Amino acid sequence: MSFLELQNITKIYPNGTKAVNETSLNIDNGEFVVFVGPSGCGKSTLLRMIAGLEDITSGEISLDGNIINNIDPSERDVAMVFQNYALYPHMSVFNNMSYGLKNRGISKDEINNKVNDVAKLLEIDQLLTRKPSMLSGGQRQRVAMGRAIVRNPKIFLFDEPLSNLDAKLRNQMRLEIKKLQRQMGVTSIFVTHDQTEAMTLGDRIVVINNGVVEQVGTPKEIYSKPNTKFVAEFIGSPQMNLFQCKIENGLAKISDMQINLNNSLNIQDACIGVRPDDILISDQGEYSSSANLVEYLGSDMIIYSSVGGQEFSCKLSSKINLKAGDNFKFNISPSALHVFDNNSGQRV
Amino acid sequence: MKIKPIEILSHIILILGVLLMVLPIWFSFATSTHDNVSIMTEGMKFFLGESFSQNYNEVLNEKGGWSEEVTAARMFMNSFIMALGIATLKVVISAMSAYALVYFRFKLAVPIFWLIFITLLVPLEVRIFPSYKIVSDLGLTNTYTGLILPLVASATATFFFRQFYKTIPDELLESAKLDGANSWRFFIDFLLPLSKTMLAAMFIFMFVYGYSQYLWPLIMTTDEKYWTVVMGMKIIFTENYEGVALPRTGERFAYIILSMLPPVLVVVILQRWFIKGLIQTEK
Repeated sequence: MSFLELQNITKIYPNGTKAVNETSLNIDNGEFVVFVGPSGCGKSTLLRMIAGLEDITSGEISLDGNIINNIDPSERDVAMVFQNYALYPHMSVFNNMSYGLKNRGISKDEINNKVNDVAKLLEIDQLLTRKPSMLSGGQRQRVAMGRAIVRNPKIFLFDEPLSNLDAKLRNQMRLEIKKLQRQMGVTSIFVTHDQTEAMTLGDRIVVINNGVVEQVGTPKEIYSKPNTKFVAEFIGSPQMNLFQCKIENGLAKISDMQINLNNSLNIQDACIGVRPDDILISDQGEYSSSANLVEYLGSDMIIYSSVGGQEFSCKLSSKINLKAGDNFKFNISPSALHVFDNNSGQRV
Repeated sequence: MKIKPIEILSHIILILGVLLMVLPIWFSFATSTHDNVSIMTEGMKFFLGESFSQNYNEVLNEKGGWSEEVTAARMFMNSFIMALGIATLKVVISAMSAYALVYFRFKLAVPIFWLIFITLLVPLEVRIFPSYKIVSDLGLTNTYTGLILPLVASATATFFFRQFYKTIPDELLESAKLDGANSWRFFIDFLLPLSKTMLAAMFIFMFVYGYSQYLWPLIMTTDEKYWTVVMGMKIIFTENYEGVALPRTGERFAYIILSMLPPVLVVVILQRWFIKGLIQTEK
């Protein structure tokens, strides 16, 4: 039995919107799981149901062997870091962190010790007497984390906590969250719409779309073997190129370009995906096209081109000398191809 | 530094405004320190006279009224109790009812809110007979309860508290829930401290409202022990007015000056809190 088990969880809002549909998921103790998906896909709702802030329409959630469907959020022993941190504006940092402990009836000395320890760990021990309004974004973030950590919960829930920070701070905090989670070994669920965060943070990633889990797996599995067209497009930057085509006897036809898949598939309405960095440019290339647009990113550059009216991009080292309007030749190795059936959206 | 003409002009306008507000009060105060003969013969005074202690002493301690039993000091106390009771209860009840309306999402919350809101259209003066009937049937005439209780519901304050609570982000409540705060604790530990400014402002308004009530205490009280200051203004020091004695204008002005003090004190004391709250925006 897993530490956190979701069984056929469904959430239907009073207005009839189905936010989460028959979701089942097992999370092990100490695992760092990331829920990722576009906005409105139900990932936050799922998280809030685990926290107890949202009623469960049907299904069962069990934590550490107990079914927690009807247990009050305060008694579930979960801690949550909110997107806007939800710090208590009228309380000092110390009181913000100690409030939950006080409600649990823990003695003053113990509260002092715990808060001070956590404050040192997060390097906010100089700020304990300040009010949240006197803190910077990064410091608020730390206090919000501290408030969660100090309670020593069974599970940490993060609801897009990094989206209010600037890019540099976001990367820094991302690393820190990862380190802290490793250090403390507390089961954590992190919700984000940013696939970079998902890839870097998660032991496992849960890709959610329209209230349905599309794929669960390690970042590597998700990236190298996307189960569905949605996952293929959603994970990876720049996006995976998808070519609409017809496959006859293992030969994919994209207008006048033909790719040999080295198998004997026959699909009328198919789609093949190639990651932009799996398109290899070389003078001996099998296929040719012309660059419509070149984006220079420093070490890399991205070339936008099209084949038979279907646009695609390739990512390559900026050492190669290629300008917009130039023709180029490229190769695609069959092992780097992802084939999807357009009707089901599933990987073939 | 050069002074621009526009600044001089605006200062003149402001000073005129201040004078407009302050002069009548100063005249009243100055007049209240003269004896009745000189007021009678010379009219309102601008400079201070010599009867300050005599006039104010008489006002506070002389027994007046028809039964010659009530003193102005007693009436000040009555008014103070009434205003304090009304303001405190109004603030507490409004804050709590707004809390229920905003956070307990029961089905009829919106209709009930509008029901409360339209009571604004029915002030006490309009419903004075039914109100009196109820209070007298309950045997509450000539009591502080009777003076205070019918006035403690406030649509205005409920409305302001409701609007304020609505601006508090939901995450705060959710975070507090996860931290183990029940609905009572959330009210005490979060909403009340966050609405400090609001509480002070409402208390000021409601205190002044309670203090300046005239019609209700006039109807409610037959016993002079429960007279309030505003009622007394009409009644006290007028008993000799139609007789041969001089009108007691000096005492009456002293009485008016004294009657202004409690609301002024409340405003001055709470204003600091109020402004502090405005400066430190904590949301």
